[in-house]
Amino acid sequence: MTTATDIAEAQLKMPLRREPDIGRRLLHRTLKPLIGTPVNAVITLVSLWIIWLAVKGAYGWLVTRAVTTGGAQACKMGQGACWPYYEAKLRFMTFGVYPYDEHWRVMLAMILFLGAIIVTMIPRFWTSRLLVLWGVTIVTTAVLLWGGVFGLRYVPTTQWSGLPLSFLLSAVGLALGFPLGVVLALARSSKLPAIRVIAIVFIEVIRGVPLISILFMASVMLPLFMPSGITVDKLLRAQIAIIIFAAAYIAEAVRGGLQAIPRGQHEAASAMGLHYWQSMRLIVLPQALKIAIPPLVNISIGFFQDTTLVTIIGLLDFLSTVRTAMTDPNWVGIAVLEGYVFAAVVFLVFSYGMGAYSRFLERRMRLGHD
Amino acid sequence: MRVDAMSGTRLLYNLRFRAILYQVLAVGSIVLLGLYLFSNVSQKLAEQNIATGFDYLSREAGFVISQTMIDYKPTDTYGRAILAGIVNTIWVSVWSVVLASVLGLVVGIARLSRNPLLALLAFLYVEALRNVPLLLYLFLWYALIVTGLPAVREAWEVLPHVFVSNSGLTVPSLVWTRAHTIIFAALVLGGVLAVAVHRRITAERIRTGKAQTVWPWVGLALLLPPALAFLILQPEFTVSLPEKGRFRLTGGSQLTPEFTALLVGLALSASAGIAEIVRSGILSVRKGQWEASRALGLRDGLTMRLVVLPQALRVIIPPLTSSYLSLFKNSSLAIAIGYPDLVMVSNTTMNQTGQAIEGIAIFMLVYLGLSIAISLFMNWYNSRVALKER
Repeated sequence: MTTATDIAEAQLKMPLRREPDIGRRLLHRTLKPLIGTPVNAVITLVSLWIIWLAVKGAYGWLVTRAVTTGGAQACKMGQGACWPYYEAKLRFMTFGVYPYDEHWRVMLAMILFLGAIIVTMIPRFWTSRLLVLWGVTIVTTAVLLWGGVFGLRYVPTTQWSGLPLSFLLSAVGLALGFPLGVVLALARSSKLPAIRVIAIVFIEVIRGVPLISILFMASVMLPLFMPSGITVDKLLRAQIAIIIFAAAYIAEAVRGGLQAIPRGQHEAASAMGLHYWQSMRLIVLPQALKIAIPPLVNISIGFFQDTTLVTIIGLLDFLSTVRTAMTDPNWVGIAVLEGYVFAAVVFLVFSYGMGAYSRFLERRMRLGHD
Repeated sequence: MRVDAMSGTRLLYNLRFRAILYQVLAVGSIVLLGLYLFSNVSQKLAEQNIATGFDYLSREAGFVISQTMIDYKPTDTYGRAILAGIVNTIWVSVWSVVLASVLGLVVGIARLSRNPLLALLAFLYVEALRNVPLLLYLFLWYALIVTGLPAVREAWEVLPHVFVSNSGLTVPSLVWTRAHTIIFAALVLGGVLAVAVHRRITAERIRTGKAQTVWPWVGLALLLPPALAFLILQPEFTVSLPEKGRFRLTGGSQLTPEFTALLVGLALSASAGIAEIVRSGILSVRKGQWEASRALGLRDGLTMRLVVLPQALRVIIPPLTSSYLSLFKNSSLAIAIGYPDLVMVSNTTMNQTGQAIEGIAIFMLVYLGLSIAISLFMNWYNSRVALKER
């Protein structure tokens, strides 16, 4: 006869009885997904084969077949990666046509700038002091890049190029696009019809056309719209286009955040006697922007990659300097893959880093809500 | 109070007055800005002696477009050249969307595989494509095709009569006649009929509760029109096979390096995004749905089709729409590698005529119009799969 106590005892024994099997169970757990069924075994074999081919190819290209010494001629003969090319062209690919002797200035500016970004990414530092940090960073970076003061040589924007230019275009685009985007998002959810319509038309037109067309507009049409005698710097024109483009996308992310705020928050703010701007600034926007952070980070990743499009209107961004390096008469046709692999790795590292950060933020916010 | 509201200072604090004031100010400043820019433009154009208006569209273009889907000669008009560009843009976008969707679906499912190696490969695929700019990939694919592949004389025959060389991919092609077009139209008609028949039978089953075999009727509806057309027209199926000559390949049809690089670049980049969308869509369907459906006795295929997919689609469609839209807009990067799409043709036109404003206005309007058309269609489809709430 089975009684309740018997069952309880049996249940107590069960884990004990299974204990010795743990090693085998673990083995079972790892092997079953790999070779559990015939189909799975085939998939495993094919995957292993692909991984083997990729690793063998990459290792062969980077190490065994690589050309480590000599010049362009050695690389032309060789079948693998051309390390002398990196040695010769690394600085040009990174800094472009910025005066060679002044490279330390851009280097320093970039380190400062990336440092400021890393500090900004850490939630513990999210206080108003960040604004001070950014104020200092922006002024220092501008002084370093432009020069003309403190005995630094003046460098015109036509010589700004390479990776620093890519960072500059995307960072300034996002930084100035952000306030504009917030204003657009507020306008789009406004109760005043004329303002709402203006915002909708602006956002939808910008989002409905490719970035290239906006860049073309800025580079070809903008000079026509300026009064006679006034010319706008080419870099500034591209920058304006990127700011406008960023603003439209940021506006949609912020609008998503605004829509997630329950009406009670607006009503409670009005009941407290706050007027529109006060209630937005103190009650609604802080909550909405917090919700909008993950999509905003994704937009930032996209924009960092999209700045490469300025190549098409003739600015020397990072991708463009990498391509220019390939056309050096000494190296032409020899190190095409080398150049693109270098650029791809740089983009991969920064984009993947930001993506990992965005996932970290999402996890953190989910924890915060539970 | 009402009297007070009318007096000067109080008027400023009247909410309705303020609302109107703000709107008048906003509209007014935009109109003023527009007028200012317009006067600048007309002055500049007059100074530089540039014509305005769209008359140039009917003038002779005089430039060559390397590949077109519609007939175009340099003696045709600018209007026709731009039309050829639009068709090229649509052509490459449509094929990229198809390829990207298939790849994205496969990779998205692979990422959820219980086999850790397959999941790892899918993960690496997605991250490598998502974190590197599309433009870089376009340049890379194009460079690999042009410099990495052998010259036409030493073209690789990867499959019988399929040649790969640095001037693109050459494949066998059917010599297309009018009869083929009619048969194709009949096939489309058959598709429409088949859907109608399927609906009718389903409605009948719901009404009577009696199940009956569906596929013979649907199959008949699908195949009858093209079969009839085939029997009546008796077309010839001549296949043009590419052959390797001394200096070039003859016969078959050719995908140029520009088209191939753009197609591969667009499709691969978009497929990574679509894979993530598919993955999150399938993950959004709770496990209980699978279990409940099995408990009802549905087979795995039916569970997927009737229970999981309809729910996953709700999550998938909206982001998929924006992913298709961005693929379509990204096709404008064609200009970087020289595929003659709308932007590139417009650019050539602008350089020749100097009429930048009209040129940019045309291609922006076309992109805007097609974007709106795509999102309207996808919204319509979305409203069909969306949760029907009472």
